[in-house]
Amino acid sequence: MKKDSWLASPFMVWVLIFTVVPLGMVCWYAFTDASGAFTFENILKIGTYWDYLKDSLIMGAVATALCLLLGYPLAYIMSRASWGAQQTMMMLLMLPQWMNFLLRTYSWMTLLENNGLINNILGRIGLGPFHMINTKGAIILGMVYNFLPYMILPIYSVMEKIHDSLFEAARDLGANRFNTMRRVVFPLSLPGVITGITMVFVPSVSTFVISQMLGGGRNMLIGDVIERLFVGAAPNYNVGAALSLVLMVLILISMAVMKKFDDGEETGGLMM
Amino acid sequence: MKILSKIYTAIIFVFLYAPIVVLIVFSFNESKSRSVWKGFSLKWYENLFNDEMIISALLTSLEVAVLAAVFSTIIGTAAAVGLKSMNKRLRSAMLTLNNIPMVNPDIVTGISMMLLFVAIFSATGLMHPGFVTLVTAHITFCIPYVILSVLPKLNQMNPSIYEAAQDLGCPPLRAFMKVVLPEIMPGIITGMMMAFTLSLDDFVISYFTSGSTAQTLPMVIYSMTKRRLSPKVNALSAIMFLIVLVLLIAVNIRQIRAAAIKRKKTAVE
Amino acid sequence: MSENIISLKNISVSFDDEVILDKLNLDIKDGAFVTLLGPSGCGKTTTLRIIGGFQEPDSGDVFFGSERINDLPAHKRKLNTVFQRYALFPHLNVYENVAFGMRVQKKSEAEIKAKVAEMLKLVSLDGFEKRRTSTLSGGQQQRVAIARALANDPRVLLLDEPLGALDLKLRKEMQVELKRIQSRLGITFIYVTHDQEEALSMSDTIVVMNHGVIQQIGSPTDIYNEPENGFVADFIGESNIVDGIMHADCDVEFCGTRFECVDTGFGKDEEVDVVVRPEDVIVVPKEESGLRGTVTSVTFKGVHYEMYVNVPGEEEEWIIQSTVAQEEGKEIGMTVIPENIHIMKKYTGDYASDIEFE
Repeated sequence: MKKDSWLASPFMVWVLIFTVVPLGMVCWYAFTDASGAFTFENILKIGTYWDYLKDSLIMGAVATALCLLLGYPLAYIMSRASWGAQQTMMMLLMLPQWMNFLLRTYSWMTLLENNGLINNILGRIGLGPFHMINTKGAIILGMVYNFLPYMILPIYSVMEKIHDSLFEAARDLGANRFNTMRRVVFPLSLPGVITGITMVFVPSVSTFVISQMLGGGRNMLIGDVIERLFVGAAPNYNVGAALSLVLMVLILISMAVMKKFDDGEETGGLMM
Repeated sequence: MKILSKIYTAIIFVFLYAPIVVLIVFSFNESKSRSVWKGFSLKWYENLFNDEMIISALLTSLEVAVLAAVFSTIIGTAAAVGLKSMNKRLRSAMLTLNNIPMVNPDIVTGISMMLLFVAIFSATGLMHPGFVTLVTAHITFCIPYVILSVLPKLNQMNPSIYEAAQDLGCPPLRAFMKVVLPEIMPGIITGMMMAFTLSLDDFVISYFTSGSTAQTLPMVIYSMTKRRLSPKVNALSAIMFLIVLVLLIAVNIRQIRAAAIKRKKTAVE
Repeated sequence: MSENIISLKNISVSFDDEVILDKLNLDIKDGAFVTLLGPSGCGKTTTLRIIGGFQEPDSGDVFFGSERINDLPAHKRKLNTVFQRYALFPHLNVYENVAFGMRVQKKSEAEIKAKVAEMLKLVSLDGFEKRRTSTLSGGQQQRVAIARALANDPRVLLLDEPLGALDLKLRKEMQVELKRIQSRLGITFIYVTHDQEEALSMSDTIVVMNHGVIQQIGSPTDIYNEPENGFVADFIGESNIVDGIMHADCDVEFCGTRFECVDTGFGKDEEVDVVVRPEDVIVVPKEESGLRGTVTSVTFKGVHYEMYVNVPGEEEEWIIQSTVAQEEGKEIGMTVIPENIHIMKKYTGDYASDIEFE
């Protein structure tokens, strides 16, 4: 079928024009000023926006950690359930994902409002009202709520492949539940954990929707800054492109670090 | 231990479903409040169906999704077949490029294409940011999912059947249509449905690439949530949830969402 | 008589109304090589899993020595298992797989190192410490699984069809190897298989099972020569069993012909039983073998032809299977490759004492 490779040419042209060239333009804008002259100004502007970037990284990391904490046990429970139960839980997990991301986030707006349902219920038992909307906590909650399945799914799909006999072998060799988890399940699930972390961290760090809907514009993330620089009242594509580039590079670095970590675990004769 | 895990599972699912249930319940509320129940009413649904902006945005969304699904399926399927017969090095290079839109944050994909469209328009006057750029952007982020759905089917296929068909006197194109296409059809259909749903669902990339002339449903929802909240959004959510539920039961597309995440997962790995 | 190390008393198990084990009683002597033999679904694996602690019986008691261990969880039992598909930990290398049990018990690094080395030597895998298990052949993985199970110093080793995934040649090698390891360590082996030949060649005692009930318990020769019922006779299958004399290691004479075999350790000129499976007989021109006979019948059996051969001086006709048909009435020569000649100790005891085995 060697001669069929021409069939890929429309795709190659498409990728070139709509993926490679745009990324090239991001780089070009990042390193030029309004007149088109080469400059490092834009990249150095990162100093101005450092707080937003730092906030994004911290909140993304916290949300990722929470997803891991909440998702790991569920992935484990799912992977050890009967086939039917696995299918049902899988479907229940995916069903909310079919609802638009904005509507899912909107649902939390209505719950967390000062006169929202949660405060309303708490008020009846004499508590509150608590200020929840437009806080960092609300943004993190939104991240966890939206991206939790991205953590569960990869971990589950690795764990599901751990054969029952490995659990029995561990028990047979004297390992109790805790030891089995620590010495067998966790190391074997590591690739899934790493994929999950990437899949939650990337959209969390780069979001602007969640921070605008649940943060009320008061808790800006790097995504909000980029968004304003492109579609706001005073656009500046050059700085926006520079920040996007920085974001992209940061994400690539963290993915590479994660991958390294994963490979190391896999090939090393690890001594625990 | 059994009981503990049941309780835990229940808590997680309550966390996942409670907001949606509340949203739907209050779509039937008589008052505008989204926290105090004032009696049953369908008025927000009436309001919704009389909202021309929402209806036209819905139509735009559907048009974009159909076009994006069709074109990305054609380009992606052809690409998968082509990639299969390429030498290893070129193929893995192309697959890396293919992964870019899946791995990159949506916002970066969105602004990078926005830069391109703005540049094309100011240089040539072509592709005024709007419907055309929107569809183009959607095709771009859908193609990778189609390719990653079709490729495994091609890999599973016994390559001899294509040769066998030719051996039996079929010209290559007919051989392809008669024996290869049916083999990879499940992958093509999965890819197409995935493209359709991803397109319908997308907000971030549309937001940056649509200009001001075309609005998809998620964009309207976004602008509604930025202004004063209206239970119309609740009604819309309820209807969309119901449609998905019906579709899930009627057609076997249950796996599509999970499969889309899996494709993305393979790209990330 | 040595002590019983494992005793099962009135064990019953059923799944969804299907009886897997029915009031099973079994005593296993310390230091014995005991094989649970039977077709799939006979309850042999379930029996093993009950001993290992991976399955609870619906009723009945499991004893380890004199201690009842029904409620003792698997990880606290002084026995270890070699699993069907080895169940090696894919994230650990050979060394760490073998060390697993000792790490769990928090043994010292020096102790672990010495034990792993000893175990790998025992299974002839020294030098493989750093290898990933996925890079090993089936036979090597098998050895790692054995070393890992033995590293915990179990009193009893449970083996669940451990050779099922290996090809024939490797299987034969491993049979010899396992037997060697068992006699060297002197611990009890409980071995599950559906392969009667494997059972016959390795075991001290065979427990033939069917439908959750023990059909017969006995030494390989008992089981082979004196099947207690139709099931056992049928399951053990047809074989040519003839008298023979071991002249020396790997040198046996039967039917007036000397053959090279692989068996050792018999006394000089000891009288033995020689067992040759019908499919292992190779037909050669009559000049080429001292073992000759006349074909009396030929039956086409699908995969092969089954032929009866009258060998002068033998009471029973030989039964042979071959993919090539011979003419009835033709005189042929027969030979057997050394690996396919099975030598068993001549049965010497009297029949009455056997009954107490029940």
